[in-house]
This record gives sequence, C-alpha cells and structure tokens, in this order.
Amino acid sequence: MSKPFATVVESRTSLANKTGSWRTMRPEYVHRLPPCNVTCPAGENIQQWLSLAQEGKFFEAWQEIVKNNPFPATMGRVCYHTCEKVCNRGQYDGSVNINLIERSIGDMAIAKNWSFKKSDAQSDKKILVVGSGPSGLTAAYFLKQYGHSVDLFESHNYLGGMMRYGVPKYRLPRHVLDAEIKRIQDLGVNIVCNRKVNNLKDELSNYDAVYLAIGASIASSVSIDVESGATVMNAIDLFRKMEDDPKDFPNLGKSVVVYGGGNTAIDAARTALRLGTENVKIVYRRTVNHMPAHESEIQEALSEGVEILCLRTISAINGNKVILDKMDYDEENGVLSRSGENEMIVADSVIFAIGQSVDNSLVQGIEGITVTEKGLIDVDNCMMTGLKGVFAGGDVIPGKRTVTNAIGYGKKAARCIDAFLRGYEYVPGSKNEVANFKKLNTEYYKKDARKEISRLGDLNFEEKDVSYSDNEVVKEAMRCFSCGNCFHCDNCYSYCPDNAITKHEDGTLEINYDYCKGCGICASECPCGAIKMTT
Amino acid sequence: MSSLTMGNRFGRNTTIQSSIDRPNTLTSGHRACQGCGEGLAARCAIDAAYTAAKGKIAVVNATGCLEVVSCSFPDNSWNVPWIHSLFGNTAAVASGVAAAFKNKGQTDVRVIAQGGDGGTTDIGMGCLSGMFDRNDDVLYICYDNQAYMNTGVQRSSATPALARTATTMPNSQYNGSDPETGKNVPDIAMAHGIPYVAVASVGNLHDLERKVAKAVNIRGAKYIQVHCPCPLGWGFPTAETIRIARLAVKSGMYPLFEAENGNLVGSTPIEEQVPVEEYLRVQKRFAHLFGKNALPENIGILQKIANNNIKKYRLGGMSDE
Ligand SMILES: Cc1cc2nc3c(=O)[nH]c(=O)nc-3n(C[C@H](O)[C@H](O)[C@H](O)COP(=O)(O)OP(=O)(O)OC[C@H]3O[C@@H](n4cnc5c(N)ncnc54)[C@H](O)[C@@H]3O)c2cc1C
Ligand SMILES: Cc1ncc(C[n+]2csc(CCOP(=O)(O)OP(=O)(O)O)c2C)c(N)n1
Ligand code: SF4
Ligand code: SF4
Ligand code: SF4
Ligand code: SF4
Ligand SMILES: [Mg+2]
Repeated sequence: MSKPFATVVESRTSLANKTGSWRTMRPEYVHRLPPCNVTCPAGENIQQWLSLAQEGKFFEAWQEIVKNNPFPATMGRVCYHTCEKVCNRGQYDGSVNINLIERSIGDMAIAKNWSFKKSDAQSDKKILVVGSGPSGLTAAYFLKQYGHSVDLFESHNYLGGMMRYGVPKYRLPRHVLDAEIKRIQDLGVNIVCNRKVNNLKDELSNYDAVYLAIGASIASSVSIDVESGATVMNAIDLFRKMEDDPKDFPNLGKSVVVYGGGNTAIDAARTALRLGTENVKIVYRRTVNHMPAHESEIQEALSEGVEILCLRTISAINGNKVILDKMDYDEENGVLSRSGENEMIVADSVIFAIGQSVDNSLVQGIEGITVTEKGLIDVDNCMMTGLKGVFAGGDVIPGKRTVTNAIGYGKKAARCIDAFLRGYEYVPGSKNEVANFKKLNTEYYKKDARKEISRLGDLNFEEKDVSYSDNEVVKEAMRCFSCGNCFHCDNCYSYCPDNAITKHEDGTLEINYDYCKGCGICASECPCGAIKMTT
Repeated sequence: MSSLTMGNRFGRNTTIQSSIDRPNTLTSGHRACQGCGEGLAARCAIDAAYTAAKGKIAVVNATGCLEVVSCSFPDNSWNVPWIHSLFGNTAAVASGVAAAFKNKGQTDVRVIAQGGDGGTTDIGMGCLSGMFDRNDDVLYICYDNQAYMNTGVQRSSATPALARTATTMPNSQYNGSDPETGKNVPDIAMAHGIPYVAVASVGNLHDLERKVAKAVNIRGAKYIQVHCPCPLGWGFPTAETIRIARLAVKSGMYPLFEAENGNLVGSTPIEEQVPVEEYLRVQKRFAHLFGKNALPENIGILQKIANNNIKKYRLGGMSDE
C-alpha cells in the first residue's frame, strides 16, 4: 500500500471539536424592558413603534401605538412624557423626542384617515361605561375589541372629559380630539350624550359590568373673605364656558390673578392672556420647585409673560385689591409658615385653580362601594370596587391625575373586566428586567443631537404646528438605542471568535452552544443589552 | 441603524463579517482561548481577502497560537488552501508560493502570509525584509498580540514599554519591558518603500476589512499589522477583547494608519483621546504601574508614547503640551 508523502488533513475537520464544553458562562438572547416603556403610564411599547418608524413603516408604528393607547395625536400634545425623563439616550446626548414623534404619527393617522381594525371577538356581555373622558373612552375601546357590547353615558353634550373641558384648544385643537374620539365611536361603542347617571343602582341590573370613569370635576374651594368688586371664578368654570359658549368669551379685565400651582393654574393663566388680559399673576403658596405643574408648562407660561408670585397665599379679596400673606419656607425641614407680612396687588378677576374633587353622589348608598376620606372611590388591585362587577378608574380613584394615567387605567380596567366576565382574575404578565443605561454599549451610537421644536406659538387659541416631516420622524426615531431589544446590528454575529452564532435568512440569530465557549464578547458588544450572560 | 455597528437592517455600510454569507474561512472548533482577539482578527482578515479575491487565495501560516489552535492534528479549521511553514520562514515560503503561482500563470491567486508578532518582528524579520526588498506579490499579515503567547507570554520586540511578560517580570530593578527597547515594524516596512503598509485593529472591523481588501488588490509586497488583544497573555476578562482594542486606538497607544510607497497616506483620527490609564488599568500586564509602590512617572512614559503617535501619524486629538 502506497502512503502519501505527507498527511493531508481535510478542511473544517475541527467542526468535530465541540468547544462548547469549555463554557462556564452562557450567553442568551433576551428581551429587556426599555425604561421608556416601563415609565409610560399607558404602557406603550415605545421601543417597538420607534423601531417601525425607523424603517418608515408609519402605519405599522401607529398600529403598534394604538395597541395600548387609542389617542396618539392627543398624547403627542398633552402627555407629560415621563418616558423621555428616563430615556437612556438622555444620559448620552439628549433623550429621544418620543412625544413629538408620537404626535407626528398621530397626525399622519388623522390626515390619512387610518381606522382601527375591528375585532372578530364575540361576547354576549354588556358593559356600561360612565364618563367619556380618556379613561372611559379607552376602556370602551378595549372592551369593544374583546367583543363586548358597550354603552357609554356622558352627562355633557360633548365628549372627551377634561381633554375638552380642561386642556385648552391651543394645546389640543378640537379637530384632533374629535377625530380620535370618532375612531373609537366607529368601533360600535354606543355613546349617549347628555345622559347623567344620577344613581348607579338604576343601571346595575341592565349590565354585566360597569366602569366608572367620572373624573374629578368639582372645583375645590378655600374660604377667603371676598367683598364685592372683583370677578371671582374657578378655572373649571372658565374652561367650561370657553367650550360651551365659545362666542361669549368672558371679560376678565386688565389684570388677573390665578391662585394655585398646578397645570390647571398654568392653563388658566395662559388662557387669560389669550383673552386679552394685560397682566397675569399666578399666586402660589410654596416655591417654584414645589409647583405640581409640569416644568415645560411653567416655562412656556413664563415666556408668554405670566408672572409667578411664590410663597404667598390669598387672605382676602376686597374690590380690586387682593391681599396676600407672605409665607416663609424652611428648606431644611420643609415647613411652611406665615411670615406675618402682607402685600396688596390689584386684580380685575381672580381665578381659583386649587384642585378638583369628585362628585361621587351616584354611588352613595350603594352597598359595598366605599370612598376615601377625600371622596375618591376605593378599588382593589383589579380596579374593582367593593361591589362585584363595578370597576372604577381615572381621576376618580386615588392616583396620578393625567390623561395618560387615565388611559392606562382604562386599559387595565378593560382587561380586568374582561377577565372578570370570563370568570377569572386578571394577573399582569411577569415583567422582564429593565435595560438600564449600564446594560448598553454606547460606543456604537453616533452622537446626534435631539431635534427640538418649540411648541410656543402666538398668543391666540390656535395651536402652533410643530409636527415633524416624515424624514424628521425617521431621523429622530433613529436616535432610539432600542434598549433591551435586538435591532439586528449583527455585532454579536460578527465578533464571535468561534463562529458560534448563526444568522438566519430573516436576520434572526441563534447561538450554537456546541461551539460557544462563553467568552461574553457578544454580550459586551451588543449595543442595546439584548444578550445576557448566565452561569 | 447606526453605521458604527457591524451590520444593520438597512444594508448601509455593513461589514463582510455581518453578512449572512461571509466565507467563514476559519471555522468553529478551533482551540483558541475564550475571547481570543487573534482568532477573530484572522477570520475577519482572511474572510475579507477571500471576498476581495473571489475565493482565490492561498495562505501560509507561521508557527504560533494561530497555527496551533487551528490545525492540531487531526483537526483543521481552515477552509482555504493553507500551509504551515516554520516559525521564522513564513515570508520566504509565501514568496515561493507566489512565485510558483506566477510560473503556472495563475496570477489571479492572491498569496497571504500570516503570523504572530514574535514570528514576524523577531525571528521572521530577515525573510520578511527579503520579501519586501524583492517586492514579492504577497500580503503579509501580522497578528500583533505583543508577545510570544503560544509558548507562555515571553517578550517580543513588539511588546509595549513597561508591559509585564514572563521574561520581563517587574521587580525591584525593572518595571516590565524596558522602554528603551522594541521596534516598529510598520515603520521598517515603510522604509522598504513597499506599495502598501497598514496598521489595523480587531476593534475596528470596517477599517480592517477595507485595508485587507485594498491590499489584496495591489501587486507587490504588502504589510498589515493588526492589534489583537490576548485575554490570557494580557490578563483581562475574555468579554473585554474588543473594548480593550478600542481603548488602545482611542488612547493613541495603537495608531491606525496606512502608507503607500513609504508615505503616510491616511490615518484614523481620534475624535476624543482617552487617557492611556483607561487602557492600561484593565490589563494585569500593567498592574504594577498602579499598585502602592508604583512610580507615577511610568504612566507618563506611556502617555508620551501615545501622544507622540498622535503627532507622528496625524491622528489629531489632544497633545500632552
Ligand atoms: C385644566 C386642565 C388641564 C389638564 N392638562 C393636562 C395635560 O396637559 N396633560 C395631562 O396628561 N393631563 C391633564 N389634565 C388632567 C387630565 O385632564 C385628567 O387627569 C384626565 O382627563 C382624567 O380622565 P378621566 O377619564 O378620569 O376623567 P375626565 O376627563 O374628568 O372625564 C370624566 C367624564 O365623566 C363625565 N361624568 C362625570 N360624572 C358623570 C355622571 N354621573 N354621568 C355621566 N357622565 C359623568 C364628565 O362629564 C366627564 O366627561 C388636565 C386637567 C385640567 C383640569
Ligand atoms: C524556530 C522556533 N523557535 C521556537 C519555536 C517555539 N514557538 C512556537 S510558537 C512560539 C511563539 C509564537 O509567538 P508569536 O509569533 O508572537 O505568536 P503568538 O503565539 O503570540 O500568536 C514559539 C517561540 C518554534 N516553533 N520554532
Ligand atoms: S433610547 Fe429608545 S428604547 Fe431606550 S429609553 Fe430611549 S426611547 Fe426607549
Ligand atoms: S461571542 Fe461567541 S463564543 Fe463568545 S459567548 Fe458569545 S456566542 Fe459564545
Ligand atoms: S449585538 Fe446586535 S444583533 Fe446581536 S443581539 Fe445585540 S442588537 Fe441584536
Ligand atoms: S494565548 Fe492569546 S493569542 Fe493565543 S489563543 Fe489564547 S488568547 Fe489567543
Ligand atoms: Mg504574539
């Protein structure tokens, strides 16, 4: 037998050597929760819709938003965007302008007349929703998708709750709100206006479940000596008048004092300016830092010329004279006390904006339903009141009072009601670990400044058009790090020293544990923290 | 998304490594340590050469880690014509292979020689200089892990100043490798006036692939030196290979540039220079520069080297003045 002069080893025979046996750490593809998603009160999957927007798939992006929130165009205007506060990109070169992208996509949907997909789900259950604010409408939207019949009763002539009777037009044009409400109506929600539920008892027998989303629309009051002279009103009444008799603008005179430090106070002050008032002062008892109003709204009010007088309370109103008590604030102990000093300012009108409480008369005397000391309705973890089948959410229960929270409550309530009607208790799915900044490798993201557009318009009731163009949407969406979710950058695949990652035709990746030695390079070089090393 | 990643969903400025049909010239089952920068660099470089030459390449490999881990009998991880030379004669063997193909009229076959820094800058220097001198049509790639790794981390002439190796152990007299020693082979290659010389890093695959492809398309002698962090020899966690390669570049310790016919023609600018300390601190081979008894001027020596690189190779960024 003749032997070859040299041994020839065939190529790639090392595939027989399964180096996976060396591994002590194991990489795994994971989904981590982007901080923005975690923080969105409506539970939007922001990272996901931004990813679609990056690809220019605006319709798909819109569909992804409305999986959790039927009001993108509204949200893009009034939401306080807590998501942006925690956006990981904020620690790099400025958070992604999530809110403005959402608005731009929401506006696209209205311009292009996109509508909701009707669901095929069927059910013979009937639900009553009381109140057409964001919470009630959102609950109705989801309940319809689960296949139930929904009646929605609203005591007012117009729909939207505080989105219409609170948020002024210059921040939320009514055609935008109307378009987004109509889409919900078109799903087949039976909406009845001018139908106040006075006593819930009368309705209970007609429905399998009820969602109370009646908001908090009674203006709170304080006892102040008022002698005749100045016009004194509360902000909620002012806004209502503006909506219901738009032709008959109230005359507030030359100078106006607004009392309060929340968003309502800011909106009242800015509305007063737009009604032709020459000077508007907000009087607030604590310091600016304590104002519950949103930072950006305070800034906008200041740049429009609103003056803020802090550490003062109104003690009396006498004709055009408003008497202020000056306050002392002990920063260290957080104690507020009267300084004993007084001050007098002049005002033609004084607007009170010191909070709202709930008109809970419709549940009074109903066995099982309890209210808190402040008159808010008590609910359990599943948003159910003490009376089986009656749920409540939004401003009417204890919690944060924003449109976005109201939407989140509406969504959760719908899930809980659906589960209740099907005979089980809704349990939220377990949450993935959060993809915080430390989990990212930002080397792979080019610095690129956030595109800011000032929302500050002229001093009238028109909204300033600030939406992005299609290209700007894509560009700003591209700034998203895709925290915690693979965006197919192929770093892991490219860098694996052992070829232990397979890339499939559709771009998905798979680790081949026969060869993976567990070095961890893939996890370190994954920009977005979508690979986890485990022992 | 960003073109800084190896690939993206938009097909913009992607690397060969990110492609679903990259050649995988060095396949799985090789025995390189976990996180080996050299094994990764070799696959990337030879894949790039393979792609540029449409598959027509022949590779000559010096003794060293790369050879040992990829062809321990009876296994072979290579998927290209590949032969193992001796430790010091790789360039000469490659010159011969290139001459053979030329004589057979197969001028479309591109010949690549590859080896470690020891096999290149020390023992292989004579043959390499000869290959440069004759301007043989070979691309020589040196995977620079800055010591003789395969035999247990002995110092080579490419070992950086003050690094600890098995033969430059810090003690009362020495602080690691003597800063007065060492040689710069890219400069030596440039001095030969060969058509193309480049320095690349496994931490920048876009740049590495581009340089290899460019070299493959040039006739005559080419030299590319690739910085390859070695977790075992340098003492760092295996997951940090790419990060350390990147820090070497960003600190100025490993300047990336290219030269044609002896002249510098391009360099990768450093946008924001990081202090060398950031690069050094993560590696045990420099641990003695930081301990209680460390002399503070030592970091300064290395910072000066980095800053000089920035000036010499026109990398921009801050200087030490
Ligand atoms: C001036 C102002 C500005 C605001 N600005 C913002 C903002 O920019 N961003 C933000 O996120 N939040 C803002 N908010 C808060 C936000 O509007 C509310 O948190 C949110 O609207 C609450 O939604 P809801 O559905 O719980 O209640 P509401 O919006 O109050 O809706 C309740 C609805 O129920 C109806 N109703 C009440 N009782 C009955 C009954 N018995 N029978 C039938 N119908 C009934 C009411 O008429 C109303 O339409 C603002 C609030 C105000 C007052
Ligand atoms: C002539 C000769 N001397 C010594 C050796 C032993 N030897 C094998 S590999 C090696 C070190 C290789 O170092 P380097 O070239 O830097 O490659 P690395 O292993 O670091 O990748 C040595 C000294 C040999 N094989 N031949
Ligand atoms: S970068 Fe993107 S995914 Fe990450 S927090 Fe910001 S918006 Fe969310
Ligand atoms: S880079 Fe490759 S070998 Fe290393 S842990 Fe990831 S899959 Fe495994
Ligand atoms: S490295 Fe890139 S491709 Fe790999 S998991 Fe992370 S994002 Fe996805
Ligand atoms: S010793 Fe270094 S160069 Fe050699 S195989 Fe291990 S990591 Fe790679
Ligand atoms: Mg070496």
